[in-house]
Amino acid sequence: MMNRRNLLVAAALALGLTGPVLADGHEPLKVGFIYVGPVGDFGWSYEHDQGRLAVEEHFGDKVETTFLESVPEGPDAERAIRQMAQSGHDLIFTTSFGYMNPTLKVAEQFPDVKFEHATGFKRADNVSTYSGRFYEGRTVLGHIAGKMTESNVIGYIASFPIPEVVRGINSAYLAAKAVNPEVEFKIVWVNTWFDPAKEADAANALIEQGADVIMQHTDSPAAMTIAEEKGIYAFGQASDMKQFGPNARLSSIIDNWAPYYIDRVQAVMDGTWESKDTWDGIAPGMTEIGEFSDKIPADVRAEAQAIADAIAAGEMHSFTGPVNKQDGTPWLAAGETADDGTLLGMNFYVEGIEGTLPN
Amino acid sequence: MTPSKPVPAYLGEVEKRTKRDPSRTKRGKTQWPQTIVTLTAILALVVFALWGGLNPVLLAASIMVAAMPLLLAALGEMVVEKSGVLNLGVEGMMIIGAIAGFAIAVETGSPLLGLVAAAVAGAALSLIFGVLTQVLLANQVATGLALTLFGLGLSALIGQPYSGIKPPAFPRLNIPFLSDLPVIGPILLNHDLLMYITFALLALTWWFLYRARHGLILRSVGENHDAAHALGYNVIVIRLMAIAFGGACAGLGGAALSLIRVPQWTEGMTAGAGWIALAIVVFGAWRPGRVALGAFLFGGVTVLQLNLQAAGLTPLWLLVLGLLLFAVNSTAKSLAESTPAHTRAMIPLWIATLIMGMIATTYPISIQTQYLSMTPYLCTIVVLVVMSADRLRANLNAPASLGRTFHRTG
Repeated sequence: MMNRRNLLVAAALALGLTGPVLADGHEPLKVGFIYVGPVGDFGWSYEHDQGRLAVEEHFGDKVETTFLESVPEGPDAERAIRQMAQSGHDLIFTTSFGYMNPTLKVAEQFPDVKFEHATGFKRADNVSTYSGRFYEGRTVLGHIAGKMTESNVIGYIASFPIPEVVRGINSAYLAAKAVNPEVEFKIVWVNTWFDPAKEADAANALIEQGADVIMQHTDSPAAMTIAEEKGIYAFGQASDMKQFGPNARLSSIIDNWAPYYIDRVQAVMDGTWESKDTWDGIAPGMTEIGEFSDKIPADVRAEAQAIADAIAAGEMHSFTGPVNKQDGTPWLAAGETADDGTLLGMNFYVEGIEGTLPN
Repeated sequence: MTPSKPVPAYLGEVEKRTKRDPSRTKRGKTQWPQTIVTLTAILALVVFALWGGLNPVLLAASIMVAAMPLLLAALGEMVVEKSGVLNLGVEGMMIIGAIAGFAIAVETGSPLLGLVAAAVAGAALSLIFGVLTQVLLANQVATGLALTLFGLGLSALIGQPYSGIKPPAFPRLNIPFLSDLPVIGPILLNHDLLMYITFALLALTWWFLYRARHGLILRSVGENHDAAHALGYNVIVIRLMAIAFGGACAGLGGAALSLIRVPQWTEGMTAGAGWIALAIVVFGAWRPGRVALGAFLFGGVTVLQLNLQAAGLTPLWLLVLGLLLFAVNSTAKSLAESTPAHTRAMIPLWIATLIMGMIATTYPISIQTQYLSMTPYLCTIVVLVVMSADRLRANLNAPASLGRTFHRTG
């Protein structure tokens, strides 16, 4: 069966009958995914792959999915994306910020292929963007961190100084500061999404500097493992990571891509796909808050849940004034909330965070 | 070397060729600048750490843990290269060791058996390379690269069921009384067993290569395999043994990552450590002591860079420390060689160090994170340049048959 179909495809290609052959509904839709880390990272790429598996389960033999893992963000990404487009994929998800320009470049050359780029801000007729409002989750985690720290030092392992990461730091800091005025953030930039050894070293460096709660914006659970070993607290990032720190893990931000991926695949099948930008938070479920550990006192758990509910209901915004920028210039007036444009391009620390933001 | 057995003339040549330059032997005049530099390096680091609010003892302990996987892998590769074989598969052997050690430690509950398994797995993988390149005469560079790819893929496959599992904890060797000593205790005597194995291996490798007859034979094979063959030594067997040793060391280095430094299994967790180990061998000019220095330097800068950030200090301090060491080194050398002109030339260097230090204290310059991550590599390159400028000694020390295919009829 497989062979005969391949023969037919080959014949069709030989006759120059290229273009979508799925209109009749019998050919499976080919969906490709490109990951920045290995699918077994138990963090970012792992959750995207969970989304891919959900697509397979939902559509059965109506789809055929493939993925490329550990594709570096650089010139090689363009090659990987192009290869996917050339091999007859109808819809391609490129799941890391650094794939933005390569995705657009390839999309220009393959107008019939649909592209979906995660966490970016550049779109085209056949390129959509999507991301989670992870900063909403960080407001909840920041609140817990501010309450749980005894040394008042919270360590933060950051990857790259892109708006998404800066936004996460700011929103966590504002939430922690609101409940604990003494709180101090120590931030280490590791310049990678995935390097367990380096992430572990960074966690150790922060612990040596007095941090007793660690937050991270990198993809591996290395910091969680170190936190467990050293007897301090940490949060799961992108994935729950509970198995890596049964005692250390307080809660987590879980990226749930499955509903979005299913939705977009369906749109391509129905012919209703068009380029758009999706930025979903706690309410639609793209950003999930992992179960609260019972290490957190009951009242703090209730407060955290209330914050999550308020954000989901649209009654609360992670960035509500008065908030100043780090240099003291006013950013948000009392009661004012940040607009998406500023959030998407956020390139400054809020007042109170020490250290300079790398550029 | 055992004096009772006569040494064939060719081995004597090898001995001479690879021996230390007599002007640099222990009691030589030029030895003391190096001692000064080493002491200054340690002193500068301690003073700086205390000033910056870092704990020098914890810092030193972290540096040792970060350097351990690199040191193990580099040491093994150095022996392989000394025998004249270039095995670029270090990364692959490391990651196979990482997963084999992890899996066996989890299955048996014994981290020690894990270490044994890591060494065996690394050696087994390296022997694939050995058979292909030594018996079937495949190209070493291509086979080594293939070995890396193979190792990465195979480890991901074996590792599927081991993601998200916690390995059994390593027994920490707490020596009563000694481990509680201030400063020395936490830095040197409060590590996992593997740390002591690493240092024992380092000492043994040195002794084997430079004091044992078999080590001399191994080096002779690396210098000129045809001559060694003509003397009746079995080049292929010797090289296969060296390759297996290198594989075992790389495997242990991988286990140091998955069982101690991180401790967990994640796909691709070596993240390039094998390539750095290869660079450290060149950096270390194929000498055990220098290879160790390279591993500590690289591990040190990596850890220090992160610690500087955590302490809120600008990474410019790395540059200041580097300049300071360079200035001390050059000044000590010129003083030892008593050339006033050179000593006077040191003045601008010192001024530059001072100015750099002042900049670092006053301006918290914002630096791109790429540069931060680059620092370990950058420092390594700089040291490499400074060292190789030293009468190209690094190049002279490369085994002459390195990477060349040996055939009995050749």
